[in-house]
Amino acid sequence: MTILRALLALLLSVLPATAEQIVLGLSEYRVSITADFDGSEILVYGAVKRQEPIPAGPPLQVVVTVEGPSTPLTVWRKDRRWGIWVNSAAVTIDRAPSFYAIATTGPLREVLSETEDLRHRISITRVIRAVGIAAQADDSPAFVNALQRIRIQEKRFVLKERSVALSDQTLFRTDIELPAALTEGDYRVRVFLTRDGRVLDKLERSIFVRKEGLERFFFRLAHDQPLVYGLLSLFVAVVAGWLASAAFRLLRN
Amino acid sequence: MQLYLPIAEVSVNAFLLLGAGGIVGFLSGMFGVGGGFLITPLLFFLGIPPAIAVATGANQVVASSVSGVLAQLRRKAVDFRMGGILLAGGVAGSGLGIWVFALLKAMGQVDLFVQLSYVLFLGLVGALMLNESLRTLLRSRNPNAPIRRAHVHTWVHRLPFKMKFRASGLYISVLPPLGVGAFVGFLAAVMGVGGGFIMVPAMIYLLGMPTKVVIGTSLFQIIFVTAFTTVMHAVTSQTVDMMLALILIFGGVVGAQIGARVGVRLRADQLRILLALLVLAVSFKIALDLLLTPGETYSIVAGRLP
Repeated sequence: MTILRALLALLLSVLPATAEQIVLGLSEYRVSITADFDGSEILVYGAVKRQEPIPAGPPLQVVVTVEGPSTPLTVWRKDRRWGIWVNSAAVTIDRAPSFYAIATTGPLREVLSETEDLRHRISITRVIRAVGIAAQADDSPAFVNALQRIRIQEKRFVLKERSVALSDQTLFRTDIELPAALTEGDYRVRVFLTRDGRVLDKLERSIFVRKEGLERFFFRLAHDQPLVYGLLSLFVAVVAGWLASAAFRLLRN
Repeated sequence: MQLYLPIAEVSVNAFLLLGAGGIVGFLSGMFGVGGGFLITPLLFFLGIPPAIAVATGANQVVASSVSGVLAQLRRKAVDFRMGGILLAGGVAGSGLGIWVFALLKAMGQVDLFVQLSYVLFLGLVGALMLNESLRTLLRSRNPNAPIRRAHVHTWVHRLPFKMKFRASGLYISVLPPLGVGAFVGFLAAVMGVGGGFIMVPAMIYLLGMPTKVVIGTSLFQIIFVTAFTTVMHAVTSQTVDMMLALILIFGGVVGAQIGARVGVRLRADQLRILLALLVLAVSFKIALDLLLTPGETYSIVAGRLP
């Protein structure tokens, strides 16, 4: 009994002393990319657990982010050389997510202070890690801006302000759309509770995005057994060519 | 119906791909060319990453060439010995092409190189073909025009290492076919094409082969060069998308058979003019992309700079 009490005391001291905590649910923890995959929608829902009444002051805000696996990227800029447009300067970005969506209850700048954004890397600018790019090209920030602009245009980076519905400062929900051009990996879902720009509580979950069936078979074979894959695609092509010729000869006769 | 392509990692409308394969197959069946020079730019246009388009284009050409060569075999219009020599050169050229492709990819210039090759070679071949077929057309309208000699002796016939090519009725050095094969193999690797549009004129005008064996022989060696290219791309850069290839092949073979049927009803010289105009149009479109100010001057490539 004393041990149990000691454990409980330890647990209580370890737990953050936040008055408001997130309880979270996701409509899916696993997304399968099959041949007919045409994007998916994840419902992120939850509630705010508190032991005391809702504190007075600025209202509670919620920020939800979904982040695809990060990879290094190279951004190229074209310039006119000898009359044609040629890739002439490049900047390597250390890490940028393949997909990133932010949903908030209000304008991001009001919901989140600059320091909290810097600490938790929440906004699109902060989630891209571009360290030491200044030496790679003149005007290197323009490359990072271009990366953001292109990804936003492709709907791979999405900022949806006011798209999280929050009722009575307690229940929240939002839909995050995953695009059709999705890459495999673990997608990180983060939920932040903020008040007056400060983060009160945060919670992280993962969604596993995997290719399935034929997609998985082709992808794995192409990367694990490239020679077998190459020969198989040849075989398929030869058989298809022969079948076509044979079939149409039959049709003609 | 959207289809997710496992290697390209993009989702594309399956009917759009089938249609693209069908149109290219129709044209290739009508004109007797592989159609690689049409399918690869079309795939760029549909949003397939260029490296995938080039490698998968080569795989699709294997299928259409097999289908074509079987028809030519029945007519005994394949010179196997000449095909073998062209092939030896082709494999060497293709290997070099794959190496250059990987090098340019690392330098970020692969798109430019592919586009420039398209503009240059399609423009050149299109212009030559148009000029030739217009002259033939004019000559056929004017019966008094001087007749051209079928076989002209040039420097090509004074080279060493001569060999007999019975099916083509030729006794020439093996060096020009080796060179032509190597050059076409190189283009196959970097442009994702079979190279028929270069191979056919080179065989007729440079090697002096009779027209009846040209298409069969060129198709015969294109099968092996594009097969080699496909496997090499699959091994070195994992850029062959089998799902994409299957749809293109299916659309292509059906289109090719219909095209061949339509082609029979048209006159040969008119067909050549149409093909020349088509080749020139593709070259012009790609040239415009290089010359006009792009809407977005930045582009994103996965991975670091080496």
